[in-house]
Amino acid sequence: MSGVRLQNTVNVMVPVGALGTGVRQSNLDAGLARGAHVIACDAGSTDSGAAYLATAQAKYSRDAVKTDLRLLMIAQAKAGIPLLVGTCGTAGTDATLDWTRDIALEIAREEGLNPRIALLYSEQNPADIAKRAVAGQVTPLAPITDVDPATFLGCDHIVALMGPEPYIAALEAGADIVLGGRTTDTAVLAAVPIMRGAHAGAAWHSAKIAECGGLCTRKSRLGGVMMRVGADAFEIEPLDPDNICDPYSVSSHMLYENSDPFELIEPGGVLDVREARYEAVDARTVQVYGSRFNPRPYTMKLEGAAGGPFQTIMMVGIQDPKVLDDLDRFLAQMEELMAERVRNVLGDRIGAYDISLRAYGWNAVSGKVIGPREPSPREIGLLFVATAGRQADATLIAKTCNPLFFHMPLDLEMELPSYGFPFSPAEIERGRVYEFKLNHVVHVASATELVRMTFVDAPEMAHG
Amino acid sequence: MAKVSDVCRYVRSKNAGPFWITVDLFFRDRTLFETHSGASALSAQAIAELYGVDARGVKWFAVPHLNVLKISYPRPLPQGGVIERDMHGGQQFVRLLSIEL
Repeated sequence: MSGVRLQNTVNVMVPVGALGTGVRQSNLDAGLARGAHVIACDAGSTDSGAAYLATAQAKYSRDAVKTDLRLLMIAQAKAGIPLLVGTCGTAGTDATLDWTRDIALEIAREEGLNPRIALLYSEQNPADIAKRAVAGQVTPLAPITDVDPATFLGCDHIVALMGPEPYIAALEAGADIVLGGRTTDTAVLAAVPIMRGAHAGAAWHSAKIAECGGLCTRKSRLGGVMMRVGADAFEIEPLDPDNICDPYSVSSHMLYENSDPFELIEPGGVLDVREARYEAVDARTVQVYGSRFNPRPYTMKLEGAAGGPFQTIMMVGIQDPKVLDDLDRFLAQMEELMAERVRNVLGDRIGAYDISLRAYGWNAVSGKVIGPREPSPREIGLLFVATAGRQADATLIAKTCNPLFFHMPLDLEMELPSYGFPFSPAEIERGRVYEFKLNHVVHVASATELVRMTFVDAPEMAHG
Repeated sequence: MAKVSDVCRYVRSKNAGPFWITVDLFFRDRTLFETHSGASALSAQAIAELYGVDARGVKWFAVPHLNVLKISYPRPLPQGGVIERDMHGGQQFVRLLSIEL
């Protein structure tokens, strides 16, 4: 350990991995006492599935987001430093950014705060993106290979991932708080270090390490971290005095949710950490040298999602040892009889559909046939999933299969068993299947070409 | 013959965006990493067969400073489709554990 700390750093407090998961006041106090120049975090990702983007709904509850945002806004006002929140409302759509704005205005009113709030919108009109695709300005990313304009038109919502530049523009225009639509997790954390001229590689690399808050520490439940970005290196330290960052916890976070451990593609370039060196500078702080950022022509990643078919589900519990001793045969037989029954009873009345049986406690997660050599389970939960173009049809399929699901014996000549339904009615209308449709980038002339910035002053709204 | 679960202290899998799964194998020490990370049973080809994907799409990285082998593969179907058994890919590592090296 050298013990020599970096000088003249730009300090970014990252109190939490995602707004709404629980900010700790003690973390904020520690970060402000230790010289934070900005508070930054994100409020979403694609991680939770396509439903949040396709429906433009937030994943976390309004109360959970409000609780966290209140603590952040009070800390912002007290310290007089900027607060940046990226990817507002899980998917970063225009609607969830407005939802977050309204929460912020409500807090401002309740707390008597007076911040200048910038809003960065990055949702895109599917028709505009389809036009850009036709014009050759959109490139697919592996494993997707095509750029069919119909794919874009079929999306319910499309967002473009912002880099740090719109955040910098908002701060230069006088924002105290910047609430952003969809943004790369790293850009919102790297924005102020880049704005103030810190080392670009160190800014991006530290942002990648800090993007999930405490996940790069040894005790992640103790909260977030501070990034200190200098002229040729950065430091990362936990906010909680009882927590530790060490070279292992920090460097291994580069692997997390990232398909490449050495490179991270960002809107205006590529972070390269092949030459990065991680050193403990004291018992809880890690210094990192050698990160590089290689500028490239500006692109924004696109995310798009749409609602697909509908599902109705049923579940039974089975403990009958004879069934469990011959489960693969039981499941194959049930699937066959259900297909036959739907064909006979419903015929052509419904279009394309799918029936899927998943035996929890046996092979539901892998979907692979287990074979007879394995010991029998003690009990299973058998999930039935019917998928069809309309909700009513999925339910019709479930109701038609209900007698088999409830009563099918292992050997058809045997007496009828009854399996353990947990609910009545047995069928549950689960709603739509939502799918991600895009894995593309759009080439833009400037970082703000696809971004709309507006300002809202809290007091005006409060009295308006 | 050693299994993955014998030579690794931790194996995990996770979604890396909606179209990729990434798997991290943390070997117990440098010697085990150097002896086994290049095993044919852990090659891009073997991983492709195990998960039913095209080997040309598999990314394979040795990360020596962490004694980690990182392998990423495109999902056969994007996250959250009609037949989704593991939304976040968090259980996909399990089939690696019993692989003999």
